[in-house]
Amino acid sequence: MTDITPINRKLRIATCSLAGCFGCHMSFLDIDERIQALAEIAKFDRSPLTDHGDLGQCDIGLVEGGLCNEDNVQTLSLFRRQCRVLVAVGACAVTGGVPAMRNHYSLTECLQESFINGVGVDDPQIPNDPELPRLLDKVRPLQEWIKVDISMPGCPPPAEAFVELITAVREGRTPDFTYSMRHFD
Amino acid sequence: MTSERAFTLDDTEVEFEPGDSLLTAALASDRYIPHLCAHPDFSPHGSCRVCLVEVDGHNRPACTTAAQPGMTIRSDIEPINVMRRQLLQLLFVEGNHFCPSCEQSGQCQLQATVYTVGMTDLHYPPLGPRRELDASHPDLLLDRDRCIGCELCVKASSEVDQKHIFSLGGRGTHTQLIVNSEHNQLGETDMTPDDRAAHICPVGVILFKTGNYAQPTGQRLYDQQPISAIGNHRAEDVDLPPTP
Ligand code: SF4
Ligand code: SF4
Repeated sequence: MTDITPINRKLRIATCSLAGCFGCHMSFLDIDERIQALAEIAKFDRSPLTDHGDLGQCDIGLVEGGLCNEDNVQTLSLFRRQCRVLVAVGACAVTGGVPAMRNHYSLTECLQESFINGVGVDDPQIPNDPELPRLLDKVRPLQEWIKVDISMPGCPPPAEAFVELITAVREGRTPDFTYSMRHFD
Repeated sequence: MTSERAFTLDDTEVEFEPGDSLLTAALASDRYIPHLCAHPDFSPHGSCRVCLVEVDGHNRPACTTAAQPGMTIRSDIEPINVMRRQLLQLLFVEGNHFCPSCEQSGQCQLQATVYTVGMTDLHYPPLGPRRELDASHPDLLLDRDRCIGCELCVKASSEVDQKHIFSLGGRGTHTQLIVNSEHNQLGETDMTPDDRAAHICPVGVILFKTGNYAQPTGQRLYDQQPISAIGNHRAEDVDLPPTP
């Protein structure tokens, strides 16, 4: 990671979940009572944790999940524009993760299996409401679309990794993820 | 005085026996050099390149370089670790490695080496190859997605089991594990769960059909201790075939 300077005001942090399961957000909340100390030094911008819709200029963007549809791509592009340090959070953001296991099959095969031929399907039809974002042919890690500043692997990364990440960005240094914080599962 | 049969590895002396490679000598002195395709019971062939070290200023694989008196070896230095991370990233993107769902996670040597060398992302675009899963054998499963082409199963099956069940076919990123049978199916062979080849795979390709995910996260082989402290082939002792 390059060009970070220590930050002496409250950090602004935005978070989002793309093709992920919210497990990374849950792990972030596992910082338990340290959330009080976090509230002293940071403020949440757009995040599913706050329901705050617009994305302002942020110091840190925590992006959970890979890219599986056009909506994910737009959200990620917006996060990249607005966030000084963009973090790929978790196995799905870093590698595509479990959702990318659909890449073995064509999109048509996936949709057929899920909505037409799958076990227990009632009234088989492939959803085509114009409100639904169009799916990408493959599920991709974030690094394939934008520059990622920090990758935090793990399914999910442990709460301690979030604490270290935020502390490091505040102090203007590269996070030092210890052995137990860097697992790939 | 420097011993006549010694080289320096990252500034400390390592003694060796005649015929030792840099890797075997280092491991015999409890000095770890990251490696994947080398195994103490089989001859090395230097294919994974992860054991790359700097030998008197030149980069060489430690497993196929003979130890010589007075050599100056540097292993744990940033330029070498950068290259090791790139090699590991290439191994990841050339296969399909989804650790959260892998039976071998926590006792996988590729994953443990990733932790030790400090790789945190893929860097390269995943190639996402399509490789055949083989579930034709009653007790064993082949998940080729995770094969790193180390050839340890090939050697174990031919040299120890005397069965010649495996080979590698294709070239470059198209290299694939092949079963030497009429239809490339493990079920057509006489492989059994107590064959050495059933236990040798450093990653999650050759798997037992039952008894997986038995160790809870946190208690698996490399959860607490890095591969640099406990070594590479420990999982061979723990993944004995489950009793039927
Ligand atoms: S073989 Fe190892 S690196 Fe590959 S998916 Fe399984 S645990 Fe991860
Ligand atoms: S199946 Fe396992 S042991 Fe055999 S070549 Fe592939 S990675 Fe090596």
